[in-house]
Amino acid sequence: MNDTVAGLLQVVLLLVLLAACYAPLGDYMAKVFTSERHWRAEAVLYRIVRVDPSSGQRWPVYAAGVLGFSFVSIVLLYLLQRLQPILPASFDRGAVGPATAFNTAISFVTNTNWQSYVPEQTLGNTVQMAGLTVQNILSAALGIAIAVALIRGFLRSNTDRIGNFWVDLTRATVRIMLPFGFVAAVLLVIMGVTMSLHSGGDIGGSTYPLAPAASQEAVKQLGTNGGGIFNANSAHPFENPNPLSNLFEIFLMLVIPVSLTRTFGTMVGNRRQGTVLLSVMGGLWAVMLTLAWLSETHPTGAAGIAAGGMEGKELRFGIPGSILFGVSTTGTSTGAINSLHDSYSGGAGGVTLLNMLFGEVAPGGVGAGLYGLLVLAIIAVFLAGLMVGRTPEYLGKKLGRREVTAAAVSILVMPSVVLIGAGLAIALPGTLDALNNDGAHGFSEVLYAYASAANNNGSAFAGLTVTSDFFQTTLGIAMLLGRFVPILAILALAGSLAQQKRVDAGAGTLATDKPLFGLLVGGTIVLVAALTFFPALALGPLAEALA
Amino acid sequence: MTRSMTTPTLERAAEETVSSGSPVKAGAFRPAQLWAALPDALRKLDPRTQLRNPVMFVVWVGSVLVTLDAISQPTLFGWLIAVWLWFTVLFANLAEAVAEGRGKAQAESLRRTQRDTIARRLRADGSEEQIGGAELRIGDRVVVEARETIPGDGDVVEGIATVDESAITGESAPVVREAGGDRSSVTGGTTVLSDRIVVKITTRPGESFVDRMIALVEGASRQKTPNEIALTILLSALTIIFLLAVVALQPMSAYAGGPQSVVVLVALLVCLIPTTIGALLSAIGIAGMDRLVQRNVLAKSGRAVEAAGDIDTLLLDKTGTITFGNRQATELIPVHGATIEELAEAARLSSLADQTPEGRSVVALCAREYGLPAEATTDEARAEFVPFTAQTRMSGLDIGDRRIRKAAAQTLLAATGVQSGEVQRWVDLISDEGGTPLVVADDDRVLGVVRLSDVVKPGIAQRFAELRAMGIRTVMVTGDNPRTARAIAAQAGVDDHLAEATPEDKMAYIRREQEGGRLVAMTGDGTNDAPALAQADVGVAMNTGTAAAKEAGNMVDLDSDPTKLIEIVEIGKQLLITRGALTTFSVANDLAKYFAILPAMFAALYPSLGALNVMGLHSPQSAILSAVIFNALIIIVLIPLALRGVRYRPTTADRLLRRNLLVYGLGGVVLPFVGIFLIDLLVRLIPGM
Repeated sequence: MNDTVAGLLQVVLLLVLLAACYAPLGDYMAKVFTSERHWRAEAVLYRIVRVDPSSGQRWPVYAAGVLGFSFVSIVLLYLLQRLQPILPASFDRGAVGPATAFNTAISFVTNTNWQSYVPEQTLGNTVQMAGLTVQNILSAALGIAIAVALIRGFLRSNTDRIGNFWVDLTRATVRIMLPFGFVAAVLLVIMGVTMSLHSGGDIGGSTYPLAPAASQEAVKQLGTNGGGIFNANSAHPFENPNPLSNLFEIFLMLVIPVSLTRTFGTMVGNRRQGTVLLSVMGGLWAVMLTLAWLSETHPTGAAGIAAGGMEGKELRFGIPGSILFGVSTTGTSTGAINSLHDSYSGGAGGVTLLNMLFGEVAPGGVGAGLYGLLVLAIIAVFLAGLMVGRTPEYLGKKLGRREVTAAAVSILVMPSVVLIGAGLAIALPGTLDALNNDGAHGFSEVLYAYASAANNNGSAFAGLTVTSDFFQTTLGIAMLLGRFVPILAILALAGSLAQQKRVDAGAGTLATDKPLFGLLVGGTIVLVAALTFFPALALGPLAEALA
Repeated sequence: MTRSMTTPTLERAAEETVSSGSPVKAGAFRPAQLWAALPDALRKLDPRTQLRNPVMFVVWVGSVLVTLDAISQPTLFGWLIAVWLWFTVLFANLAEAVAEGRGKAQAESLRRTQRDTIARRLRADGSEEQIGGAELRIGDRVVVEARETIPGDGDVVEGIATVDESAITGESAPVVREAGGDRSSVTGGTTVLSDRIVVKITTRPGESFVDRMIALVEGASRQKTPNEIALTILLSALTIIFLLAVVALQPMSAYAGGPQSVVVLVALLVCLIPTTIGALLSAIGIAGMDRLVQRNVLAKSGRAVEAAGDIDTLLLDKTGTITFGNRQATELIPVHGATIEELAEAARLSSLADQTPEGRSVVALCAREYGLPAEATTDEARAEFVPFTAQTRMSGLDIGDRRIRKAAAQTLLAATGVQSGEVQRWVDLISDEGGTPLVVADDDRVLGVVRLSDVVKPGIAQRFAELRAMGIRTVMVTGDNPRTARAIAAQAGVDDHLAEATPEDKMAYIRREQEGGRLVAMTGDGTNDAPALAQADVGVAMNTGTAAAKEAGNMVDLDSDPTKLIEIVEIGKQLLITRGALTTFSVANDLAKYFAILPAMFAALYPSLGALNVMGLHSPQSAILSAVIFNALIIIVLIPLALRGVRYRPTTADRLLRRNLLVYGLGGVVLPFVGIFLIDLLVRLIPGM
């Protein structure tokens, strides 16, 4: 069986798996957030933290919960790393340096999982399991909560309540991330992923690391986190031993973001609304996959042709298994890698970069993909909706000054952070020393780093040394802004939507559950990203690809 | 109530009559208007004026920067770019100035009606004193007699008079104004033609209807509408993104080996930010109000025009909108053994003398259905006519020794002394069905009954079907009994109807619709319509209506034509569509500009990027200049479209979107490639380019 056929079979198998889970998982998640009943464990938890689970919150209160919770999480994670020497099972790996600890704490709490350290040399089991794995679960649950709050904004009428953050967070954790993460971990162990509390060993003079990889790997993928327990991430044979585990890990990172469109459709009472968003996500993903695949299988340059496009890839995955992973990890906010994006051809490298610059909506991070896409849909409705001769409406809510302001703030953040960050970094003389490559490729590395941080992706175009205080700090700030400013805007949006009456759509309203609308949203995403980043991309991957 | 067909007035030249059912048309745009607006456009270069429009303010700042740069390092390229950037700002100002100029011309013609008038104020003891019109206060009572100008807005409290309102409405036929009822309101500046009335003044001088009309059409009190604000926010966000993209480009370009000049960076920025829509946005809004004025509708705010586009439910008065104002003969019913031919002949003869619309419709029916002559023959003309008078309430003619009469049933039966159960049954039946029965008699012989009934206007059902396709529900409001209302509603094809409607019923209906989140438009003229007019999202008061109604509504129709509500909705939609279409066009344009400017900027750094020069532009300088020129010229080219509004035909949202996306989205992507290429062909002829 040749590589292409094997690759196509993998794609088909992946799509079949996703299709099988789409409706049941999507509807289950809708039930999780609409159910009136609290599980007993949840009720106990609410009593301990003194939360009244039946009371709704106004958006500023909800937002205060999000920020407060995240701030405490960052502080705790920072302290865990700094206090590592006195923690059990730290394997004498010492305290993590302040800049790295700051960067890592932010990175895991913002669902970015950018790693500027070598895990198997830096972190012991306590920090990994009590710190990083916990954040892998909670940051994903938080993303789902935000998406659900936004859906409620569309659903509700004449109210200033958008739900209860603590209930949403608890349910997303207890009813979604924990059970599915557990099942995924067990399956990964069966597929051969390492699960050990030992620090590693030594065979024939060469050392090998061990770690509780399967449990971390499961939630790392399921929650679109992406922070590996080994430095080589999903290219490491203990994290991702074979093509089957590879495909399963790709499936894990796609399954929740994809199924959330079903949750959305079910909750708003019109499943086709969800299907249209799914088709936008799927369409972009398919186009990007095709572009990357073509670019990788048609290598240019003497070295590229000699390597047959295999530079930086694992032989056990081949080109399709690597590309499929690469496109999915940048299309979601995962950022896990099973091959080096830095070594991709100019075209495929550009695809992974562009995938993030689209705002990560194909299909995007857990929760973040859905709310990101909804904001872009709002922009599309506003731009084109006027052309049907009415004040633009989406899902029965009018898009006025407040809604457009919130949506505009939300989409402004990422380009601002990426452009300012990359522009600042490239202007500093120190940066040139941190680059392994010069010219267009070197610039791509810098642009990729800020795109990855601002989009909470976490993957890296290796080749850029990011351990300097400048990069640790600015990338940390980029992650914070890229995560929380849009979240605040989204919650404000939800609040202002919830206050409106909901009006049924008629023949005079722009139909948002038809294929034409899907095209419109897709077009808006591509146009906005293209217009914003065309000059920067021209100086990076485009200059490389055309060379 | 006088109902007249639309007659354009305020700008009588060059405007066409708009009949219902035709697509929305607009005033002609003449290039000469651009010249006339030039002084105003130059005045608007003031940065304080520019600050109102964030997008154009950025262009203004860019122009200043490039000019300073061109002064310090004079190059032909730098100066050319500077000049065209200033043109971009100027063209935007021109668009706004032209739109405002049209309003000013209309205000001028209105102002001519405002002469100093002498008011004959009544003292408390009933004696008169003469004071200047400007000294009148609310509550003053003034006497106005034939050939005198009414000194201020008010209500007639005594007497009845015919009034020439052509100064305001352009309608030359005089209208009747009388004390009490819904025809009591008079407007300052109009002239009494006959009789004497006493008017109670209801507005202060300077705040009269004409004063407010002048302020409205001049745009003096123009404020941004909600949708315009939202769009400005989005355009500002886009501008910020592009500003960042261009600023961040400098270090990136420097890293790649060649920093860019200020001229080039500003040129790129101005081409990218949405200048086209930014330049035309306020002109579109002003022109939207203007299109209403051309149809003799005054909107009190731009907000109301915008709301008109969002209307979900139209409350339409049956009489005058759905049916002709007057009842028409629709059926002849012979009784007592008379033949239909006998009845037709007698009905026709008796109506020859009746010049009311009802009378004429009887003659028309007989001519149409029974082939009788439509005009009086020479013989008949010699007969003795008995015209319809209010006293006899009967019409007819005496020909030979026949005395043929036609009248309401009670009158005629009383006059002939006939008792007829058969006639009475028909009369009752027709009345029950909402029609008006007239009885025809030849001497003492009752021949039959003529049914007068409401006739639904031809084409109105199709019009409602179009509205339905646009997602708008139509509701017929009538004082008729439920049975009649149902029959007419079915014939007209409205979605719902309100029978035996009281103003309270209307109010309740509007509230109910609004509860469901729907926007409602209605027309009204009576004082008791005022609360509903105020409650409706778009309330169009008839000019013939009372001052209270005009105060309550957010629009006034000078023609008092309730059918115009449909046009108002279409104008609102057209306004929003024009805004959306030009926004889409503006953003779509950027793609081509990138393909012109980026290779020009970077081909020296990475020769491979020369491949992006798909238009094959002559040189980096000519490419950048061509893009800037295109960006400026497209504003001028689109001014007529902004003023006229994009073509609009009532259809479903899906079709509208598909069509406009194709024209303005795809067209917006393609057109600049062609335009920039063509401009480059000329620009390359400039030496040194």
